[in-house]
Amino acid sequence: MALRQCAIYGKGGIGKSTTTQNLVAGLAELGKKVMIVGCDPKADSTRLILHAKAQDTIMHLAADAGSVEDLELEDVLRVGYADIKCVESGGPEPGVGCAGRGVITAINFLEEEGAYDDELDFVFYDVLGDVVCGGFAMPIRENKAQEIYIVVSGEMMAMYAANNISKGIVKYASSGGVRLAGLICNSRNTAREDELIMELARQLGTQMIHFVPRDNVVQRAEIRRMTVIEYDPSAKQADEYRQLAQKIIDNTNFVVPTPISMDALEDLLMDFGLLDEEDESIVGKSATEEVAAA
Amino acid sequence: MAMTREETQALIQEVLEVYPEKAKKDRAKHLAVNDPSVEQSKKCITSNRKSQPGVMTIRGCAYAGSKGVVWGPVKDMVHISHGPVGCGQYSRAGRRNYYTGMTGVNTFGTMNFTSDFQEKDIVFGGDKKLDKLVDEIEQLFPLAKGITVQSECPIGLIGDDIESVSKKKTKDLDKPVIPVRCEGFRGVSQSLGHHIANDAIRDHVVHNRDNDNSFEVGPYDVAIIGDYNIGGDAWSSRILLEEMGLRVVAQWSGDGTLSEMELTPKVKLNLIHCYRSMNYISRHMEERYGVPWMEYNLFGPTKIAESLRKIAEFFDETIQANAEKVIAKYQAEYDAVIAKYRPRLEGKKVMLYVGGLRPRHIVGAYEDLGMEVVGTGYEFAHNDDYDRTMKEMADSTLLYDDVTGYEFEEFTKRVKPDLVGSGIKEKYIFQKMGVPFRQMHSWDYSGPYHGYDGFAIFARDMDMTINNPCWNSMQAPWLKPAAGEGEAPVAASA
Repeated sequence: MALRQCAIYGKGGIGKSTTTQNLVAGLAELGKKVMIVGCDPKADSTRLILHAKAQDTIMHLAADAGSVEDLELEDVLRVGYADIKCVESGGPEPGVGCAGRGVITAINFLEEEGAYDDELDFVFYDVLGDVVCGGFAMPIRENKAQEIYIVVSGEMMAMYAANNISKGIVKYASSGGVRLAGLICNSRNTAREDELIMELARQLGTQMIHFVPRDNVVQRAEIRRMTVIEYDPSAKQADEYRQLAQKIIDNTNFVVPTPISMDALEDLLMDFGLLDEEDESIVGKSATEEVAAA
Repeated sequence: MAMTREETQALIQEVLEVYPEKAKKDRAKHLAVNDPSVEQSKKCITSNRKSQPGVMTIRGCAYAGSKGVVWGPVKDMVHISHGPVGCGQYSRAGRRNYYTGMTGVNTFGTMNFTSDFQEKDIVFGGDKKLDKLVDEIEQLFPLAKGITVQSECPIGLIGDDIESVSKKKTKDLDKPVIPVRCEGFRGVSQSLGHHIANDAIRDHVVHNRDNDNSFEVGPYDVAIIGDYNIGGDAWSSRILLEEMGLRVVAQWSGDGTLSEMELTPKVKLNLIHCYRSMNYISRHMEERYGVPWMEYNLFGPTKIAESLRKIAEFFDETIQANAEKVIAKYQAEYDAVIAKYRPRLEGKKVMLYVGGLRPRHIVGAYEDLGMEVVGTGYEFAHNDDYDRTMKEMADSTLLYDDVTGYEFEEFTKRVKPDLVGSGIKEKYIFQKMGVPFRQMHSWDYSGPYHGYDGFAIFARDMDMTINNPCWNSMQAPWLKPAAGEGEAPVAASA
């Protein structure tokens, strides 16, 4: 089987890293050889696999060694649960330097060093929430990830983000092979969440590949820096991640997304009661003005 | 013969013809036929606009304007090229700003200081490195009077806070550490870099001695502003001003120092040679300290006499009488120069394309030698420069703003000047076309050209370029059409 490169995007705090690591554990359990590439200066994309606080990152090791050319692949690659390979691109503290450049440098380094060997079945890029600059779009450029999964929940901002990420995919889809492969709904237990995300997926031209229900076992495992599959293989939630893993293996539904307009998105949110009808008469009115008008 | 208005206009149209519609429309605004009667250049030429993509522009960047032009020559300060190594290294010492002093001890003009950014500095930010670099400079070069941080492009992209580092190091070192936000991508040319550098001088230098009256001011104190002492230009200018009885307190910035700049608000008159690059700080000193400023031009005896008299007029009769004495003193000298070179240069046509002041300032020097400037233009002028230029130039002269490589070559082919004066990137193109060429940014490793001393060198250089025998040997002997039967075998056997 040829190497499949997948990138996970989604609004910050939606559960990208947790979902990625759990589903990767599921893939590994199914016998797949997987690598996770963390593309976030926080470097928290591999901790559940490695049982570590934060792995030494490519950029920090490069800074210590002098330059990235001074590094070898084995310096940056760690192997964790079920032989999952882990690397973190790393980057600066918030507010300084250029984290995007760190991602670019790290991914180039991995390619040059031959990290993507023939043995691998999957590479997962776990990318910082917002595609704020070109660096964070690096994983979806030509010859990198072909499949994008967006983690989303039935909340307004998460859906806005999913739509915006789709716009980014459209841009790169025209010049390369990147395709939207589906929405992963990481449930927040909001009303009619599955229907809402399925409708969003339909409008974006894709699928909701799996609905991951909310379950406290995820947090219990996380406290132990473990995935659910490792911590409690018999848990119901572990099966959810196994199902997601299987669906990804079987997935052939790769599309150029059709991002929707702001109005269409607001209509959708209104249909599901997440947004009230806008009252144009109150726009720009301060509290005192409203009192005066009343 | 110079071209008529109609011919020049037709030439512009013809050259524009190859451009696509949109580019043609834009470039048409930057090309004009001079009409000295027009008061406001904006009526006929557009300048200081973004260059067209796809053309070869000759412009530089904001960093070039700040580090290369304004700050670089301040000799007793260390100027850090903050960012990757190339910007500083490839521009090092290229501008030939002469200075006195012991390089590496109390002056640093031809040295390259850089933070040499690596990948990790981009990713993690370069503020700590800058902090360390400043300490190292202080340790290795304790006689440096101050430090400037000249930002290269990445500094602005990654959001480094050079202002706070500079503030901290100013305190640590007890000497000015000055941040300059001259990232290369800012603005359309080096011109914005001049402005940014002027603003940094305004914010960090000129007011430093406001409450310090230890400097004894005199009635004839002047400052030379916008002379970068290329090949010694400021020196050959200073001689004349001093012989007039003026005291030159500061040179901005050729062979200049930090303390000279700090003293400048105390002078009686600021004399501006390069208006484009330093009008900003002159206007600031006028507004804040009431120091008037005056433009002058020391290229060629006609303009020198005009300028010396104009400067003298600002002062008293003693200075005015002195000015006449200076002009008279050198008359025999410059008459001899003209007598020697004018017969060799009379009627020769020149096309210029330079930077901020020379496209108009040098015209007089050529005219003193009987030559005619038939085309001129600026890399980065604004319309106030063209206002001044149009009055200097003859009717129907070709004007080209931010000329493209293509236009410049085509104009030269058609106008057939005897000399082209432009920069290093143009030099070899025109020489290979068989056109005599002088590099008019750094005086082609010669100079000075300012003042009477400079005029003699200028005249010699133009003569040896235009009348160089090499131009008769441009065509290989075997490609020359046989002039007569007798000559052909000689050429073949040569």
